[in-house]
Amino acid sequence: MPITYTSQEQVEVYRFSAPAAIIIPLVALFLQAFLPLRLHFFSLFDLPLLVVIFFAVARRSPVSGLLTGALIGLLQDSLTHQPIGIYGIAKTVVGFGASSLGAKLDVDNVGARFLVTLFFYAVHEVVYFTVARGLVKLTLQWSWGHEIGGALLNAVTAAILFTLLDRFKQRA
Amino acid sequence: MSRYRNVTILVAILFAQVLGLAVQVKRRSGADESTRIIRLWTVSAITPFEKAIVWCQNGLGGMWNNYVYLRGVRQENRDLKFEIEQLRLERVRLSDDAQQARRLQALLGFKEQYIAKTVAAQVIGSSGSEQSRSVYIDKGTSDGVEKDMAVITADGLVGKVLRAYGSSSQVLLINDQSSGVGVILDKSRLQGVIKGTAAGEVVLEKVMTDEQVSPGDLIVTSGGDQIFPKGLTVGTVMKVSPGADLFLNIRVKPSANLSRLEEVLVITKKEDRAPSLAETNSVRAVDILTQRLPSVPDKPAADANQPVAEPPASAAKPSNAAAKPPGNAALNNRAGDPAGPAGIKPAALQKPVSTAKKAVQQTSRPVTTAPATEPPAAEAGTTEDKPH
Repeated sequence: MPITYTSQEQVEVYRFSAPAAIIIPLVALFLQAFLPLRLHFFSLFDLPLLVVIFFAVARRSPVSGLLTGALIGLLQDSLTHQPIGIYGIAKTVVGFGASSLGAKLDVDNVGARFLVTLFFYAVHEVVYFTVARGLVKLTLQWSWGHEIGGALLNAVTAAILFTLLDRFKQRA
Repeated sequence: MSRYRNVTILVAILFAQVLGLAVQVKRRSGADESTRIIRLWTVSAITPFEKAIVWCQNGLGGMWNNYVYLRGVRQENRDLKFEIEQLRLERVRLSDDAQQARRLQALLGFKEQYIAKTVAAQVIGSSGSEQSRSVYIDKGTSDGVEKDMAVITADGLVGKVLRAYGSSSQVLLINDQSSGVGVILDKSRLQGVIKGTAAGEVVLEKVMTDEQVSPGDLIVTSGGDQIFPKGLTVGTVMKVSPGADLFLNIRVKPSANLSRLEEVLVITKKEDRAPSLAETNSVRAVDILTQRLPSVPDKPAADANQPVAEPPASAAKPSNAAAKPPGNAALNNRAGDPAGPAGIKPAALQKPVSTAKKAVQQTSRPVTTAPATEPPAAEAGTTEDKPH
């Protein structure tokens, strides 16, 4: 059973050391900016989003999750040439949702991580497109094939990446 | 109250960001946009690592290519030497056309933009988003790079500098949907605007459906946007189909490979320069025009007095400037005065026909004898007899 209902007391809450909390998002942003130049397909990945989901689910604190999402999203925005806040809003929503879900469900196994990432990738894309089209009036094309492919790819990556990032977790 | 604390904070954070977005969108549509400090921080944090990795990568690649992997270098060297010879031949052919163009431009008071200075830069990073097609280069304001400078490669146009930081800059690619470049079709001289699409393709807009555009047509910058100098290669027409609102749908293949950019040139200085008559060997445009007029066969009486039988000027117009006199001689004979009108004929062209022929041979000698690597005979022949 990938997702199990647990009581608030049964859910483990984790924290991260300050270097890990700073360096992991920066490395994710760096790879997101650097690798698509060499590996063109890498632009399908959204490593900052995966990091937001990971931190939010592990900390299980909605405020911490939304602040992490907002910060990483704004940093990601600042690398683009578009107005700052589009990724910020999308990742704030994801951070809040993932941490709220993490507080109620045990999502620490591979299957649960796959499904959670799949779901929040979709949420992220919907919010991003809504904000970009509705508020900033950007002309974006929604492609179901692209979005489903991206969701699956990111979900598989999350299942692997989260196992590696588990090493930085510390019990609160 | 604490029950709604999380939701309240969420709404507050979202509201702040929406407000920030609204301010930015309003400013962007108005005056020019200043660089946000968060952009400066992020770029300052990320680009040093990107620079370091690219530097290491280039160093290792250079060591491998320059000292270890030298297979085929001799053959490549031979090929390049042959190519240089070919290009020398072509340069001789083109220089005459260029001189003539300068003469005519000088006559018209035409001002042309020249690329006076460029800065070579390495592409070190991207925006990391499919919705923002921009890259970062390792040169910034400290290297003379400024906003709105054109960025090119040897293949063609890449984009323009969107933001210049201290030691790096953000370049907006021509396939981004917010970019726009004024262009002209090289063959038909039709003007249009190159824009990017959401899918990262490049399209040519504002060309009416009744115009003749075919796949393979070359597209160059028109210079009308005051950012990109005129005449830079942008791409070729890939597909043409009728679109909405009386305009054609023209898909363009960019000349520069925008998905694999490594090194680029930033045009840091352009100059408006009018070609002066001094640099055109004092030959006036009117002389050129008279040479280009169709010549009349020589009169029999006049031919009898000529010591050397010359072919008609229209049969083979030499391409070099010194090779022009035969045409003028024919024109002068038609006027009935060997010297021609004093106000038109320059001193340089008042040589006897035989002297002019010698001049043709002398000027053409380097072209015919230069290639040590055996250029095709047809090439050498076209150099001497190439019509204008």
